[in-house]
Amino acid sequence: MIVETGHYALILALALAVAQSVGGLFGPARRSARLGALADSAALGQAVFASLAFGALVAAHVTSDFSVANVASNSHSSKPMLYKVAGAWGNHEGSMAFWVLILALFGAAVAAFGGNLPASLRARVLGVQGAIGTGFLAFVLFTSNPFARVFPPPLDGKGLNPLLQDPGLAFHPPFLYLGYVGFSVTFAFAVAALLEGRVDAAWARWVRPWALAAWSFLTIGIALGSWWAYYELGWGGFWFWDPVENASFLPWLIGTALVHSAIVCERRGALKSWTVLLAILAFSLSLIGTFLVRSGVLTSVHAFASDPERGVFILALIAATVGGSLALYAWRAPRMAPGGTFEPISREGALVVNNLLLATAAATVFLGTLYPLFLEALGGEKISVGAPYFDATFVPLALPLFLLMGVGPSLAWKRADARAAFVRLRFAAALAGAVALVVLAIEGGARILPALGIGLSVWIAAGVAVDLAERIKLFSAPFAQTLGRARHLPLGRWGMATAHLGAAIVVAGVTASSAWQTEKIQMMRAGDAVDLTGYRVVFEGVGEVPGPNYIAERGTFRVSRGSREIAMLLPERRTYPVERQQTTEAAIHTTWLADIYIVIGEGDGTGAHAARLYYNPLVPWIWLGAVIAAFGGALAAADRRARTPATAGAPDARIVI
Amino acid sequence: MTPKRRRLTLALVALVMLACAAALMLRALERNIVFFVTPTELAAENSRINQRVRLGGLVEEGSVLRSADAPGAAFFVTDGVARVGVSYSGILPDLFREGQGVVVEGVLGMDGVFVADRVLAKHDETYMPPEVAEALKRAGQWRGAEPAP
Repeated sequence: MIVETGHYALILALALAVAQSVGGLFGPARRSARLGALADSAALGQAVFASLAFGALVAAHVTSDFSVANVASNSHSSKPMLYKVAGAWGNHEGSMAFWVLILALFGAAVAAFGGNLPASLRARVLGVQGAIGTGFLAFVLFTSNPFARVFPPPLDGKGLNPLLQDPGLAFHPPFLYLGYVGFSVTFAFAVAALLEGRVDAAWARWVRPWALAAWSFLTIGIALGSWWAYYELGWGGFWFWDPVENASFLPWLIGTALVHSAIVCERRGALKSWTVLLAILAFSLSLIGTFLVRSGVLTSVHAFASDPERGVFILALIAATVGGSLALYAWRAPRMAPGGTFEPISREGALVVNNLLLATAAATVFLGTLYPLFLEALGGEKISVGAPYFDATFVPLALPLFLLMGVGPSLAWKRADARAAFVRLRFAAALAGAVALVVLAIEGGARILPALGIGLSVWIAAGVAVDLAERIKLFSAPFAQTLGRARHLPLGRWGMATAHLGAAIVVAGVTASSAWQTEKIQMMRAGDAVDLTGYRVVFEGVGEVPGPNYIAERGTFRVSRGSREIAMLLPERRTYPVERQQTTEAAIHTTWLADIYIVIGEGDGTGAHAARLYYNPLVPWIWLGAVIAAFGGALAAADRRARTPATAGAPDARIVI
Repeated sequence: MTPKRRRLTLALVALVMLACAAALMLRALERNIVFFVTPTELAAENSRINQRVRLGGLVEEGSVLRSADAPGAAFFVTDGVARVGVSYSGILPDLFREGQGVVVEGVLGMDGVFVADRVLAKHDETYMPPEVAEALKRAGQWRGAEPAP
């Protein structure tokens, strides 16, 4: 009964999505405020019914209702509760239903919090969202119905891929989807602006909080995925330039560019059509990412289904969304009033270079990810493009970006004095240079990249600190005045500082863990000891331990430094009888400055086990920095200036009421 | 500078950057593309010697030899027609089994031994890496549900 209610609610959500798109798109065009206002209530209703539908699916998973095909093929009664709930979005049908739910929730958020938007713009934004919702709800209902029943119902389910039975993975898809689908709002704003035929400072101000929110969610989602890959796949690394990772990284790169170009658009009225293009591309890449990952084109854990009918349907959806919006862009964008111009040495100049670098980086990643697919589709050789390609193209683009990050925020709008900026940043530059030289000396001059990376990380962090200190007159004014200034500094400024500081931490983590990781692979018998970068690791043997729905072979390792015992690490190899699969669980001891990471392999039958031990310096900083950066994005999104009413911008003579 | 000149400068800077990026990409692609080969192809073509490739096929039944003192193994990868000896030092993935699909990445030496530095096994029992399916199809040994193209 609950299942049928959910199915029915999903159909109602589709009907409301149709109403939302018709009302939102035709209302403003026909100058009918009533038709336009229909989009508001339809968006709210769609969110209610989509929530009901997804709630019903979760209920079916929680109660292990194996008469539902989706539950039967992806769940099992012995699965822990967390994964019964998370299993609802851990499969193709459920994840698409979840996608649709988030889209509906974002639409409702625009309807609920968009009171400051001109009525015609809001109606059009909701109309575009409704159109996307129509497409994806139809996709779910007609090709991937999560509520389909099976008869006779099986006695028990087939279980969930054990690799996905993990807390990190339970929360990775929701955040990733919040990011992907969050860009649907900026996409809708961009298409609505093209329909309206105008992009102005007010438009940019309304778009920015949505772009920032989507960016923050996507940052968290990618960080969770990378963290999961780090401890679950047991390879000791955090990023593998896997096509699936790249698929989520592409919208992130373009989204980062968008967040920055929208500032220029808001403050200086320039880069208008570029910002619109970025908004379109960010969501288009999110869609392409979803398609690549879900369709089974790529070999990965993420490839749930490879039903050709679904692939064609989703490909048609993407073609319509991406092609339609780009065609509209090509038609309308040249007619928009050109924006202002600016000096090369200025805040906006720095932001333009930032955008060029980010867009170029996105292009190189895009090419490397899709080139093998194109080549194969054209009947060419089967090839793969691996990490060395991405390292060789991405790093040279990232370094100037980080250099710019340190100085950009200190430049003034319009026309900046480059010399004055460097005088202000001389301490930051000196500190960064000194640190880089020390690193180079420790390295013995053998490698330059670690010194550059650590130096740039210090440069970004010191640049942020110097800029903030100047703005609040730290140490140069009485403390009470400093506090007052800090309180009055806009939240957006704090957000930017926080996000850049997070980036500096990530850069340090990535540099250190790539440059100074120690790896030891060897066969170990009980009592054997290994020296690992100043730590002594003793292997004490392997025992069998039962888990809720698996049996684990658990190794015991004692880690000590000098005479002091630091940790006992228990890596496992788990066998899941239901899914007939094995997983590796790394054991990690973190000091926040480094991780000791141990994976145990198969035994050889005589008591020896293969063991892989890593010393990973600063690796936790990668995720810490990402969380800090996402928090910065959230701070900036909450800036009061983003919520000023419509009248604060240029008065809109064409509001249709 | 006039606005027009400024715009031109910006366009030029953008073009130069794109050109640099394109050069970087082409150079990186040229060096880092890894071709996929089947055991039959690898056995037939000597041109692949000392070139980095991905080899896909099945782990031949009864061929896996494990060494006692260091992790790793030596085994044959077959597509039913030809077979290639592979040596790998490192921890084998959880789903590495005899008779199952595997993709190895590495270099074929002059001695005919393929030295792998990565071994990828499939993710679950029912799933076969597309590369392995492709290798079996090319060798005419495919017994899966879909017909060979």
